[in-house]
Amino acid sequence: MFAKFMLPAAAAASLFSAQAFAQDLTGTLKKIKDTGTITLGHRESSVPFSYYDDKQQVIGYAMDLCSRIIDSVKRDLKLAKLEVKLNPVTSATRIPLMANGTVDLECGSTTNNLDRQKQVAFTITHFVTANRFVSKLSSKFKTVDDLKGKTIVSTSGTTNIKQITEINSQKNLGLNILTAKDHAEAFLMVETDRAAAFVMDDILLFSLVATSKSPKDYVISADALSVEPYGIMLRRDDPAFKKVVDAAMVAIYKSGAINAIYDKWFLKAIPPKGVNLNLPMSAAFKKVVVNPTDSGDPAAY
Amino acid sequence: MNYHWNWGIFWDISPDGAHSYLQTLLLGTTWTLATAFFAWCLALLFGSIIGVIRTTPNAWLVRLGNAYVELFRNIPLLVQMFLWYFVLPEVVPQAIGTWLKQQPNASFYTAVVALGFYTSARVAEQVRAGILSLAQGQRLAALALGLTLPQAYGFVLLPMAYRIMLPPLTSELLNIIKNSSVALTIGLMELTARARSMQEFSFQVFEAFTAATVIYIVINIAVTFAMRALERRTAVSGFIGASPAAAH
Repeated sequence: MFAKFMLPAAAAASLFSAQAFAQDLTGTLKKIKDTGTITLGHRESSVPFSYYDDKQQVIGYAMDLCSRIIDSVKRDLKLAKLEVKLNPVTSATRIPLMANGTVDLECGSTTNNLDRQKQVAFTITHFVTANRFVSKLSSKFKTVDDLKGKTIVSTSGTTNIKQITEINSQKNLGLNILTAKDHAEAFLMVETDRAAAFVMDDILLFSLVATSKSPKDYVISADALSVEPYGIMLRRDDPAFKKVVDAAMVAIYKSGAINAIYDKWFLKAIPPKGVNLNLPMSAAFKKVVVNPTDSGDPAAY
Repeated sequence: MNYHWNWGIFWDISPDGAHSYLQTLLLGTTWTLATAFFAWCLALLFGSIIGVIRTTPNAWLVRLGNAYVELFRNIPLLVQMFLWYFVLPEVVPQAIGTWLKQQPNASFYTAVVALGFYTSARVAEQVRAGILSLAQGQRLAALALGLTLPQAYGFVLLPMAYRIMLPPLTSELLNIIKNSSVALTIGLMELTARARSMQEFSFQVFEAFTAATVIYIVINIAVTFAMRALERRTAVSGFIGASPAAAH
């Protein structure tokens, strides 16, 4: 009798939860459904992830991924029309704008790490970069040990500067570490010999060198100081929205669509200058494509 | 708002491994104070000289002073910082430029110079206004007594002009403390830069900038009180400025 009672109860419960899912949307999904709009946070000069082209349109690798995520969200919510708003963010504004609900997704080149996960959530990793340094070819620096006693620069507030500070004290290199306001300025310091090397995510170094006045004068170190996964950022404690976004990312990877998107931005000429970064998929990122992960722990890559 | 408040973050160890976040903010505060202090000395010295020569009878000195003020007052502070930091070492002979670029605390010295000159133009304007606000008879009487022009300035005009200028100079001093934050653009790790890097590392943006705001307010209120005390101490009875009797 007990079993007889249980079965319809379980069926009713599952029916109820299915209905609950359809009607009682919470968090970001509810907001998107109610307003019919989704707001993307984008960067202004994070080439090739998210930046303005020569026609002042926001383009980039992360923007392409986000537009596919938006298609999935639209399908999931069965919306006939979903308006997409763009909102520029900087490294200083992305957290407040995410927290107060101005932007729903941040499509750029934000490192996913465990400290940051206390404040925001990240979907599946969309790029794996490594921390390296760029220096002038003429100065012949190969490894970080060659920089002993030199002045180096990194961008303030990055995980890169944190790592080089740690390496400096571990290896007792006696580096004079300068901080620059942004990547362009840090590169300028190497260009004008204020600093011997610029420590940064290799992908950003590649694009800085590629767009510099004389790309052949610079060399990027072969040995990597660390691994950094990039992720598209969303609000924390919103599992329903994260589930939809994660599923969309996994679908892009599993369907193989990622290859075309990746090639478009990293292996072909990109606007505005028609520079080709010529950067094939790294082994670490290929692993992510096969086994999608949103881990913020560098050891997972 | 979906924000995870964590006021305990200040006691967490920052990525440099040696200091807590609060300590890094305080380290930044010392750079802010050092930059503001040395820049203020420079601004007061050059501002006074330029302000004085703009009130002298010599037309060429006046023109020189005017040109100085217009040059440093009309270029945005941010641009001036960039010019001193990035352009100056490239236009001087290469050996000097390389030497300049290899100074260990280059961004600090550059910030002091840039901020000092920028503020000196504003101080010069106030010094001039202070001197011109004195009755013309003061100058004439001093000269008629047989004082030379430098003596007239030193013994008669400036002691009064500086007393008149104290309140606007207080504002200028508060400005220089706040303006020192522009030095973060040339890599000086002062208070605002520390708050920015704290929010980058921890993502606790509101806590970081609240702390910076409170520190700036505390410093500026302290400076305001100190300057008021100075006004009262230097006040001359029956003359302009805060009178000792009025201060209960």
